[in-house]
Formats: sequence, C-alpha cells, structure tokens
Amino acid sequence: MERLQSRDRENQCIQEQPPACTATCPVHVNARGMIAAVAKQSFADGFALLARTIPFPRIISRICDQPCQKACKRNEVGDGIEIRALEQACAQYCDKAPKRTLRPPQKTKRVAVVGGSLGGLTVAFDLAQKGYPVVIYEQEDRLGGRIWSYAEQQLPRSWIEKDFSALRELGVEVNFGVSVTDSGIITCDQLLKDYDAVYIGTALQNCTHRKVKIDPDNYSTDQEKLFGGIEDIASPIDNVLQGRIAAISIDRFLQNASISAGRDQLGSQETLLYTNLAGMTQATATPPADEGQGYSKEEAVAEAQRCLQCQCLGCVKKCEFLAHYGGYPKKYIREIYNNDSIVMGIHFANKMINSCALCGLCQTVCPTDLNMGEDILEARRRMVKKGKMPLSAHDFALRDLEFSTGESCVLARHQPGFQKSEYLFFPGCQLSASAPDHVLKTYAFLREKLPGGVGILLNCCGVPAEWAGRQELFDQTLNGMKEKWRSLGSPAVIVACSTCYRIFREHCPEMTVESLWTVLDRIGLPAQADNRQGRTVCVHDPCTARAERGIQDGVRNLLDKLGLQVEETESSGKYTTCCGFGGLMSFANPEVAEKVVRRRIGESPADYVAYCAMCRDNFAARGKRTFHLLDLIWGTDESAAATRPAPDYSDRRENRVRVKQRLLREVWKETNQEEIDPMRIEIPENVRKLMENRMILIDDVRQVISHAEASGEKMLNQETGRQIAHFRPGCVTYWVEYSSQGSGFVVHNAYSHRMLVVEEAGK
Amino acid sequence: MTLLCLKCNIPLESGRVTVQYLESAFPVELPKCPKCGCVYVPETLASGKMLDVEKALEDK
Repeated sequence: MERLQSRDRENQCIQEQPPACTATCPVHVNARGMIAAVAKQSFADGFALLARTIPFPRIISRICDQPCQKACKRNEVGDGIEIRALEQACAQYCDKAPKRTLRPPQKTKRVAVVGGSLGGLTVAFDLAQKGYPVVIYEQEDRLGGRIWSYAEQQLPRSWIEKDFSALRELGVEVNFGVSVTDSGIITCDQLLKDYDAVYIGTALQNCTHRKVKIDPDNYSTDQEKLFGGIEDIASPIDNVLQGRIAAISIDRFLQNASISAGRDQLGSQETLLYTNLAGMTQATATPPADEGQGYSKEEAVAEAQRCLQCQCLGCVKKCEFLAHYGGYPKKYIREIYNNDSIVMGIHFANKMINSCALCGLCQTVCPTDLNMGEDILEARRRMVKKGKMPLSAHDFALRDLEFSTGESCVLARHQPGFQKSEYLFFPGCQLSASAPDHVLKTYAFLREKLPGGVGILLNCCGVPAEWAGRQELFDQTLNGMKEKWRSLGSPAVIVACSTCYRIFREHCPEMTVESLWTVLDRIGLPAQADNRQGRTVCVHDPCTARAERGIQDGVRNLLDKLGLQVEETESSGKYTTCCGFGGLMSFANPEVAEKVVRRRIGESPADYVAYCAMCRDNFAARGKRTFHLLDLIWGTDESAAATRPAPDYSDRRENRVRVKQRLLREVWKETNQEEIDPMRIEIPENVRKLMENRMILIDDVRQVISHAEASGEKMLNQETGRQIAHFRPGCVTYWVEYSSQGSGFVVHNAYSHRMLVVEEAGK
Repeated sequence: MTLLCLKCNIPLESGRVTVQYLESAFPVELPKCPKCGCVYVPETLASGKMLDVEKALEDK
C-alpha cells in the first residue's frame, strides 16, 4: 500500500480527533488532559497542560469566556463541565510552577509590539519564546489593557503579576507611557524603520496616515513588515487567539516563509470524534460552596470526575484483538504500513497482523465505517507475495485444508437413483469434522423432503487459504469445488456453514446458494424435533453471518418452532464476535483467541446455541454448555449434546473421513472400502492434550512410529526404557517417545520443531 | 540420561551439529550417534530456544 493510501485509511479512524472542548477552544487547550489530571488531584500537571497552550494561564483561568463548555459532550447527559473553574483550581492549587521554555538563543531580527493588551502580549510572549528580541510600547503605565477592569475578587492583581513576570523572564523590554501615533515622538514609520516587524494592536487605526488593509486570516497587512490586530474583541480567549495567529505570521514573515499557507489549525473547529453516550447517567455540575473562592480541591476533583474523557475506541471496546495490542486502528494501520516497508530487520507487526479474525465487527461499530480487517487481509496477501509470511502462522490450518480437499474426504454424488440434482447439500468441512451423524441425518431429511434429487458435495470452500492471504491456493481450492459442482449440473447449493455461504455468495455469482437454516425454516422440521417448552437459550450468530439478517431470522424461527425462547445479548446479530477460529486467529495467536472466546461465553449463563460447528466446539471446549442447532433438531440426548466434548484436530480429520465412508456405505451401499491403518496406538489423555496444544496429530505420531519400526532408526533412553524416534514428513520434524505394548504401542510424549537438523553419518 | 542409538547399538555422544531454518544455519552441540550421525533433539530445546529462534527468523 502506498503511504498516501495508508494515510487515508489511518485518517478514517477518528480516535485521535480532538474532543469537542479542545476543538472548540480557539487555541485548542488540552482540556480533557487537564481535567484528567484534576480528577487524579494532580493540579500541577493540569496547570502545566494549561500553560503549554496559554501564555497567561492564571489570568485566562479567571476570565475565560469558555466556549469549550458549550461544546462539552456532557451537556447531552447533564451540564457541560465547568472547565474554566477547573483551570482556576489548577492555578490555585498548583504546588509547583510549570517548567516553561528557558530563554532560547537570541535571534537577530527584532519585533516591536504596540499596545499591551492580551493580544499584543501574546504576540510578545510567543515571539520572545522563539528567541526574537521584543520591545513593547504601551501608552499606559501598566500592561494588560482591559483586564484591569475586572474586580480584584474575580482577577486577583497578584495573579496578573505572576503571569506577566513570564515576559520579564523572557527578556521582553517594555516602554510605558509611550503613544505611537503619526505625529508623536515615536511614529509608526519610525518603528517600521527600526524593527524587522511591527505589531500594532488596537491602536492601529490611530497611527497610520493611510488606511491599512488587514488580512483577517493571518493579521498581516498590505504594508510590508506591519501586522495588526482587529479592534475590540470582547472574548479574552479570542484576544489570545488573535495574538497567536499574528505571532505565527510574524515568525513566518521573518523566516521568509509563506504567511498564508496552511493556516487552518487555529480557531474554533468542529471535531469528528465520536463519543458513545449510551449507558451514561445524567450528572449536573458541582456547585462551589464559596462562589467567590471557586472550587475547593475536593469540589474540583468531583467536577473533574464528571468528565466523560471523550474518545471513540468503539471498536477497541468490542474487540479483544484490537484491545490486546493496546492501540486503535489508526495506529495499527500505520504499523501495518511500516511493517510492509521494512527491507532489512524485524517485522514487529507480523503477529499482530496474523491475530485478527477478519470478522468485520470493527466496521459494524465504527462511526466512519472503517474495516481494519481489509487492511489486515491486504497485508497478509502482501506478506505471502513477498515471501515474508511466517511459515508457522498458518501451516497447520493449510495442511488441514489440503486434507479436507484430499481423496479421503471429498465426495461428489447425485442422490442414489438420480441422474441429476436439483439441489446439492454442502455440509462444509467443520460440520463433518464435528458431528458426522448430523451430516448423515440432515442429508437423509433433505433427500426425503426436496424433489428433483439432492446431491452431496463433501469439500472445503477454501476459506482458510483466503484468511491466510494465499490467494492462489484459495482460487485453486474454490475452483476445484466449483468444478465438482458443475459436474453435478450446477444445482442450487444448500450450505450448513455460514462461512461457506459467505464465500460462495462473494466469489461464485453464478451459483444459487441458500443456507440450510432458511431451507429448514421453509420446508419444516423433522417430526422427531422435540418441543422444549419455553426453555431459554442464548443464540450465537457466527461472525460470517454478521450481515445475513435472513439467516439470523431463519435460525430464530427454527428455535421458536423447537419451543425455545431466545435470549439476545450485546453480541447478537450484526454485533456478534468471532469464536476465535475466524481469520485463523487461534492458530497464529492462541492467547488472543482465548480472550475472544472467554468474553463471548461469559455474556450469559444460559445454554448457548450455535449454528456454526466451529463456534459450537470452541465454546464447548471451554466448558460452556453449547448446542449446535442440529443437536436440537435431531433430538439427541439434550444434556449430552450440550456438553459433548469438542473433537480434537485428529478426531476432526477422522470424522471427515468417516462421513465419506458412512455415506458410501449407508447411502450408496458400497462396502469395499479400505480400512484405516490398523496400527494400535494408545495415547493417554494428558499426552493427547499436549499434542493438541502443539498441533500434532495422531497421524503424525503414527508416521513417526511406523518409520522408526520399519527403518530401525530410533533411540533408547536407558533410564526410562522408552524409545525415542523422529520423522520429518514435510517441513516439521516430529519426535515421539513411546514403548511397545503387546502388538501395539503406548505414546508417552510428542513434540516438534521446524528447524532442520542436518544429520551426517560418520562426522 | 544415556541414549543409545538402536540402529548402531552404540551410545550417543555430544557433537557438533548444524541446524538450519529459512536462510540461516547455526552450529550447536547435541547428542549424536558417532556412527550413523542421527541426532537427538531434547523436548526442552525444541519447545524452548529452538522455537524462539524459529519465530525470530520468521519475522526477519
């Protein structure tokens, strides 16, 4: 992805947009940060934040007209936060003065500021901070102009003193009692001769003999070197803004930079930041006990704690994967771009990129419709293309795909006694892997109910390849499936898996596809489907059915017909979460997948009903009572169905083979099928679990032992008496510790590595 | 732990072995059969340091 494209995507994430208070403040004070500091009783930190933006923070904290408060999101659920009063509390209770920039190296170009109002003083302050020698000409005998009209109680003189002392510290020279007019001792023309730039505040109209045109966007004038404010701005903070804008213009002018380019940063603005107010309770402003004194520390903290601390994080709050890496899409998209740009060095974001479920939940909750999964998938494809995809991330899943599309699993047939098929049942590899019985029963029912012949196709839709970013393999797998579908006369496909459904709908426009659930809703349930009389279950929609309202409704209709009450949770329907399998998350990052599943199963104590076999098994594997919808339809023993253990990887493969064998035997009455390898291996449960975590199949173990027994290439641990052997059928070396037991073997341990150990005889 | 190569019927001895992954190769000391050269990789190595190095190389 090009940098600009990436930046467009990054910018679609609004998390870094300023909160309404900051955006509305003409000089963009970090009010949210200041308030957060107060909430933690860190008044000094709050004051430091204020002083970072405001030249005279004590004065402003007393007299600011706070446009921020009107924009505050709290107004929608109570009163806007008393931001100015909190600023005042910061100034009042700050126990150490913030560190301000030390006097910078002096520049040679000099600036004159005529008029010591807040605007002029801001010009002086900002430019002096940049190192320009600044001289102020003030006709009165004190600085500040209008601010002296505030009563002592509202604006204590000592606070004015403290703020203005900053000018002295910066070396700003002040000439009191000097009027700059066209006829006085010091004239405007003289200043323009003596200084490199001149800022004239409210007095500009008095001292120029010709009319000067001021640019209201940047306060430059049509006269070289002369800058000027606009008279009579009532708002103190707007005065500061005027001074700041002018100071930037003068600095740019003195550096020969464009005065007008890119000047849209300052001034009140709208923000795109979205803050979800759902669930927020109303809260009114904290009144100070002593109006004149302002907030006590405790009152300030209470008021600060009302702040919503506006931010979006809509997707991060919903997605364990996004939360896991501590950022948000804008950051992640940048990391993805950087990861892709690395030529030499470590690709730090690889694991993050491979941990997303690609489930689209982020887009569903995003106010700007950003689907980070698109960036992730694109990144995976590029990693594959460049040979930078870590082999171990998806290898196991892709070998599983290879197995599912191999001879032992694939079957494509018309219904017995039919030469053509009106329909084609496509159970999908995970239903076959999880519940062979359901595949056979459902197929029998469809044959009985639907006219014109119902064929069957056992195959894989190719989604693991798509998730892994392997486009070629995906195309090849899908095309293989389509070829078989065409060879059966392109019948209407009935899919039991919503992932297959999505793949076919997206990639096979020529195919008529319907979900098994809407088909069953239409043709009716089998007679043996029990009526469960009002029991409540919580339905879990698979992430690939997120946008399929029709399927979701079909499932709920079926549950209703089964006599079940459906409980919806915050993750129902389009807000559903992944079960940890999507995007091959559980293979690349089991830790995140675990968090995802745990969160979902913790949403309701009710029994769950899933209509994706993978979701069902992932929940059941963590002890959550979960039915597959077909468990309820086929009326098997209810309690056993909900707690049926999830088959492990080896069982899943064996089940797929079984489905084919049983179909051939029971439906097509073919008996001459090959027996599965008769080698007798006993694997204790703890070893089986270890193998599952290490993604080692029984078949891998069998191959190691076969090879060792046939070749004699094995070792003996003389202490334990156990044999140790290894075998490398592909890119993984498997090690097995085993003992002989009668005519078979018992397995004590199994592990693997990808590194190749070079074994050379006699060296 | 004493390991016997059952093919050659002699004990394994510590020796220098090369391990390879992706485009990298490293020398390591591992028990090996002095005759046929078969090498033993202990579980702690396979699931520990070897795995870490594999992952690091994959991210290069």
